[in-house]
Amino acid sequence: MSLADAVAGTLVVALNAYVLSGGADFGGGVWDLVASGPRKRAQRDLVAQAIGPVWEANHVWLILAVVLLFTGFPPAFARLAVALNLPLTGALVGIVLRGSAFAFRGYGGDRDAVQRRWGRLFAVASLITPVLLGVAVGAVASGAVGDEGRGTGDGFVTNYVATWLAPFPLAVGLFTLCCFAFLAAVYLTLEAPEGALREDFRRRALLAGVAVGVAAGLALIVAGPGAPLVRGGLVGSDWALPFQLGTGIVAVGALGALWTRRYRLARAAAAAQVSLILWGWAGSQYPYLVPPDLAIADAAAPAVTLRLVLIALGLGAAVLVPSLVYLFRIFKGGRQASAVSHQ
Amino acid sequence: MSDLAAARVQMGMSLAFHIVFAVVGIAMPVLMVVAERRWRRSGDPIHLDLAKRWARGTAILFAVGAVSGTVLSFELGLLWPEFMRFAGAIIGMPFSLEGFAFFTEAIFLGIYLYGWERVSARAHQLAGVMVAVSGALSGVFVVIANAWMNAPTGFDLAGGQPTNVRPLAAMANAAALPQVLHMTLAAYAATGFAVAGIHAWLILRGRRAPFHRHALAIALLVGAPAAILQPLSGHLAAAHVARHQPGKLAAMEALFETRAGAPVTLGGWPDASARRTRFGLEVPYVLSLLAFDDPRAVVRGLDTVPRDEWPSLPAVHLSFQLMVACGTYMALVGLWAAWLARKKVDLSARRRFLWSLVVGAPLGFVAIEAGWMVTELGRQPWVIYGVLRTADAVTPMPGQMWRTGVFALIYVFLAVVVTVLLSRQIVRSPMHTGEYKAP
Ligand code: HDD
Ligand code: HEM
Ligand code: HEM
Repeated sequence: MSLADAVAGTLVVALNAYVLSGGADFGGGVWDLVASGPRKRAQRDLVAQAIGPVWEANHVWLILAVVLLFTGFPPAFARLAVALNLPLTGALVGIVLRGSAFAFRGYGGDRDAVQRRWGRLFAVASLITPVLLGVAVGAVASGAVGDEGRGTGDGFVTNYVATWLAPFPLAVGLFTLCCFAFLAAVYLTLEAPEGALREDFRRRALLAGVAVGVAAGLALIVAGPGAPLVRGGLVGSDWALPFQLGTGIVAVGALGALWTRRYRLARAAAAAQVSLILWGWAGSQYPYLVPPDLAIADAAAPAVTLRLVLIALGLGAAVLVPSLVYLFRIFKGGRQASAVSHQ
Repeated sequence: MSDLAAARVQMGMSLAFHIVFAVVGIAMPVLMVVAERRWRRSGDPIHLDLAKRWARGTAILFAVGAVSGTVLSFELGLLWPEFMRFAGAIIGMPFSLEGFAFFTEAIFLGIYLYGWERVSARAHQLAGVMVAVSGALSGVFVVIANAWMNAPTGFDLAGGQPTNVRPLAAMANAAALPQVLHMTLAAYAATGFAVAGIHAWLILRGRRAPFHRHALAIALLVGAPAAILQPLSGHLAAAHVARHQPGKLAAMEALFETRAGAPVTLGGWPDASARRTRFGLEVPYVLSLLAFDDPRAVVRGLDTVPRDEWPSLPAVHLSFQLMVACGTYMALVGLWAAWLARKKVDLSARRRFLWSLVVGAPLGFVAIEAGWMVTELGRQPWVIYGVLRTADAVTPMPGQMWRTGVFALIYVFLAVVVTVLLSRQIVRSPMHTGEYKAP
């Protein structure tokens, strides 16, 4: 494995961490949006309590991924930033509105009208952002970002819209949203106190789990014409069969665990499922960073930079990992969230 | 507006917005930590209340700081892809380190804000210290990256492309130390003065509660020393600019002709086409003295810079004057505070002093915005000084104005909401001198 591969691998690790943590925070917004029934308010409060102490830390994974991309692979960053300018800008607007609406709701006073207004903005932004991030990933996987990067072709639509406004990227966007919502619902079964509220999220998790499967099927169907490289990797390569088996087993396992109310197991299986899918995407387009023409090795920064980045990552991890463990031990230590006062 | 102009406006707007929250994020944790420590020392519940109320107000600002910073990370690519293609490998390093500082800050901020009842007293205090340290480090690293844009080193140029990249040498660029020093002090000075000004105003409005007296003392403890040191660190920054970016210095000082014993021009409107400054008041020798520690030193004027490499003169000159005016005022008030503190007088009984603080409340932030205009506008037309022009760094995507408009609306919206929420928080602060009731 080359230095560049190592940095690219770390990039996927950061994305993976973001999906499992920050992604679930977005998913929480989805459940806020569709909160319903007699425990509507309790559902929303649970989401807010679960996200509150951790969302800023979770969000940094995305920043780390961006920084790794532009430090380790500057031409790839430049190309993506041009070709996917519109969906990324949209995702940014969503990120800004989501984060600030969440903070404003928490600190804006307890009046119901205020809560609802910020809550609505928070929830809608949580819905849009994952779709756009997924669209961007789908566009990369589809290979459409390939040669276009510099925007020298003809026409605005060809260069800046057609790259991502296509069935496959949109299907990936939908899939991403389903995954985030699924993760959130599964995590929330563990945050909720025993009883009705937990059952609410169990039902939601089961539904979302099925939705993930449907969206995955949809994406795979449109991948035929839309993203031949990824499809080839996921179906044709020699690791395809064990990979598909593994993903299938954890997917069924997650649903089974939810069904039988083994929530810790469900959480582990759901996280494994989503992670496997992410690594499957990464593996299928290896050795390309931006298929079909920009390989990891071609886009990589000079070796000194890569080496320094890896050293910094190692040192950083020595501080970061214990701190993160500490944070999650304090706020997610399996204890009932209802004890948290939303301060 | 051209796409380039629109992109510049968007970048400038985003940074000008972010810096307010970043500065608060650097300095407020220090104030909170001091208050909490005083509470643990004395058991006085007022200090605990203070720490909690400050934390509550700051939480909103942190959230907005985090999201506006995220916008910037993406905008580096969305607006300036060619800059990042060139510079990513060279200055990605400080950005990566900054990433870790953000992480540490966000983690311990979560513990600090939500963990009052969940971790031990010591751990809570320590979490506050971690937030303060990592907040300052975030600022240090990103300013190092910016300093590199002013004093690019750590690479060789071959056919317009960087080769032989040396990221550590790039971090150790000549502008890094003066800028980091000046910016970090700016954060403490601006935040300290803003907080002091708010509490001074509340005292003047009749809220004589000890709450505000304590708040004032802590805010000045952080703000006044920084404000006193700020002109000195500004002098270091100016000395660096004089040596490495003569065009920027000439623009700052509205100096058209190279001369020995160069004057400082107070006020005045530099007229680029007439090549002279109107209405200014010249103080001879001072510029040479300040820039080169020698009243007779030769200072290069704009005549040594090709006309097409002049930055916008009125903006740079007037921003610089504004910053120095604010800095002088704040340093004087800081000295006054130090003098009163030495005599152990009750600051909250000195109405004239309190009014001087009220006037000073916004000035630190004004100086910060103005100072960044000097640095960034003064660097034009270069995005990497002497190496890459801003016009060559911009995204090829057309229709930039629309996005700039959208972001302008978002920032206005956020600014209004934050202002309303914070002022509500301030109005709710304790009223009375009487019996103190912990919340
Ligand atoms: C509280 C805020 C504050 C105050 C009171 C001052 N400054 Fe400042 N100044 C800044 C906040 C600031 C800043 C916003 O933080 C800048 C922008 C870039 C930087 O590193 O610091 C800056 C930049 C900056 C630069 C340009 C550096 C460059 O382009 O590389 C110079 C020459 C000075 N300052 C000089 C001064 C002087 C002589 C002051 C005397 C009173 C002064 N500043 C007060
Ligand atoms: C937070 C304080 C800062 C403020 C208020 C600020 C302000 C500005 C302004 C007004 C512009 C537009 C200048 C013009 O185009 O005429 C600009 C451009 C830019 N700034 Fe800054 N800046 C800040 C810090 C930084 C830092 C820390 C960095 C990078 C590490 C940075 C990188 C850039 C880049 C890449 C551009 C675009 C290219 C250019 O116009 O030169 N800025 N900034
Ligand atoms: C191009 C310039 C800049 C970029 C790309 C940038 C990026 C970011 C990002 C991504 C965050 C969010 C971190 C999180 O999620 O917690 C952030 C926050 C922060 N930034 Fe910036 N930033 C820039 C300029 C500056 C400057 C000039 C300073 C100060 C000197 C600064 C200081 C901070 C601090 C202290 C925070 C912590 C959050 C807070 O206190 O609100 N940044 N920045």
